[in-house]
Amino acid sequence: MTNALEIEGLTKTYGDGFQALKGIDMNVRQGDFFALLGPNGAGKSTTLGIVSSLVNKSAGKVRVFGCDIDTHLSDAKLNLGVVPQEFNFNQFEKVFDIVTTQAGYYGIPLKQAKVSAEKYLRKLGLWDKKDTPARMLSGGMKRRLMIARALVHEPKLLILDEPTAGVDIELRRSMWTFLEEMNREGTTIILTTHYLEEAEALCRNIAIIDHGRILRHTSKRDLLQQLHVETFVLDTESTLTEAPALADFPCRLDDEGALEVDVQKGQGLNKVFVELDALGIKVVSMRTKANRLEELFIRMVEENAAGKGAAGAQGGAA
Amino acid sequence: MTPHAMMTAFSTIVIREVRRFTRIWPQTLLPPAVTMTLYFIIFGNLIGSRIGDMGGFDYMSFIVPGLIMMAVITSSYANVVSSFFSMKFQRSIEELLVSPVPNWIILAGYVCGGMARGLGIGFIVTLLSLAFTRLQIHNLPMVVVTVFLTSALFAVGGFINAMLATKFDDISIVPTFVLTPLTYLGGVFYSISMLPDFWQGVSMINPILYMVNAFRYGILGVSDVNPFVALGMILVFISLFSAVALRMLARGKGIRH
Repeated sequence: MTNALEIEGLTKTYGDGFQALKGIDMNVRQGDFFALLGPNGAGKSTTLGIVSSLVNKSAGKVRVFGCDIDTHLSDAKLNLGVVPQEFNFNQFEKVFDIVTTQAGYYGIPLKQAKVSAEKYLRKLGLWDKKDTPARMLSGGMKRRLMIARALVHEPKLLILDEPTAGVDIELRRSMWTFLEEMNREGTTIILTTHYLEEAEALCRNIAIIDHGRILRHTSKRDLLQQLHVETFVLDTESTLTEAPALADFPCRLDDEGALEVDVQKGQGLNKVFVELDALGIKVVSMRTKANRLEELFIRMVEENAAGKGAAGAQGGAA
Repeated sequence: MTPHAMMTAFSTIVIREVRRFTRIWPQTLLPPAVTMTLYFIIFGNLIGSRIGDMGGFDYMSFIVPGLIMMAVITSSYANVVSSFFSMKFQRSIEELLVSPVPNWIILAGYVCGGMARGLGIGFIVTLLSLAFTRLQIHNLPMVVVTVFLTSALFAVGGFINAMLATKFDDISIVPTFVLTPLTYLGGVFYSISMLPDFWQGVSMINPILYMVNAFRYGILGVSDVNPFVALGMILVFISLFSAVALRMLARGKGIRH
């Protein structure tokens, strides 16, 4: 089966000499829900910008459903829908006109464009705003408008750069449901996000990028198996003044007096409760301290930064 | 893209452009109509009656072709430069860049959008001129060809200006410091035969002089230059400017990082 996206040796050096991408390789399978994660300035938007023709690459190969962007750019673009990070529509145009005009750019006749625009505006809850100038929409509506615009030509690959940035939780969840539905119907989806909870909830495969290099490119399942320690926060019935001494689990009190317990991979949670029970401590509720993927992500980026620091120090000494 | 799909994309750009300038008609269509009416009243009626004949015609008849041309030139240019730069500024140009529309269709769409406004203004000014003078047409094909080609040339010029512009100031520099002086010195209000030899020679390097005179020839049958040379020059400049604009689009000058 053809990959939805293939990237080989992609590099990008901007005019000021900044090397945003240092030869990345990445494949996204057809039908995948893929996350490209990384801290600010890691190269996520540059990568997606090159794939969507908004950024010129310096070197490397990019293929969208087998169509090389150097030789078959038009075919590659037909397969692609792009939702950028920043609002990039004419704020004075009406919602319906923005979506139908975009369809026209893909060669879709107006009659057909109107049908497709209505379908996606309805799905995204914007149909009653179709005659509203875009500038009058709320932030969340503007994001949904960009998704409707990207889907109007029914692309096989949808790229979303921070699609839920600045969107409230309720709307974010409804957008997740929508994207999952699109994915189930066969659309391959690639997203970048700062909400790692989002990537963990939606994506099957993940690439982590930092300083223009791919640190990890694997399935979410494999990635999460690398998490050796997970921290749980336990709310106790009575307020603790100091952390109890548990035999097998390092623990401490957080700023609000809740008990934080580190549990190694393979250790049973039951044992924590047994030990606490023996000390007469009753647990009333429990949650994980951080999202699991977030813990891994932070660790990888920190390790990468530490590695660079050490290399830099060695280079300086030489 | 199939030819049919390209045609759809082209018409989408043109319709979008026409929708834009008609939506803001008080900024785009009304001002040139008011300005040209003032020119007709002040230069044509009040001052023109004291000037007498020029090139064998009364002064009002003489300046009408030049004023129509001036309106066409400035409107064609202004439409493309302001629309395309606004798209760059708002980043809505990305809507086109991610789509499969070929660059030449993008250029053709914007140029036709600019021509729609330029020719529309030309038509409005022509109608207004009828209130002040009786227009005769000496050579209709020459009138039509000259006005279309001139409008196209300045629309392409506006496109290049918009590609190069990085701030709003940049889109008013050329109209203010290049187009307006060249238009005023391009024989709109006078025949260059009135000028001393030296200034006649200098005027001959002003391309707008050729366009105004070719158009005047079509309407009145008089011209300071050979109108066919003028048409040839316009075609050469259109080809040259289009090649430059397409090269800029291919390289993503100012629109791709």
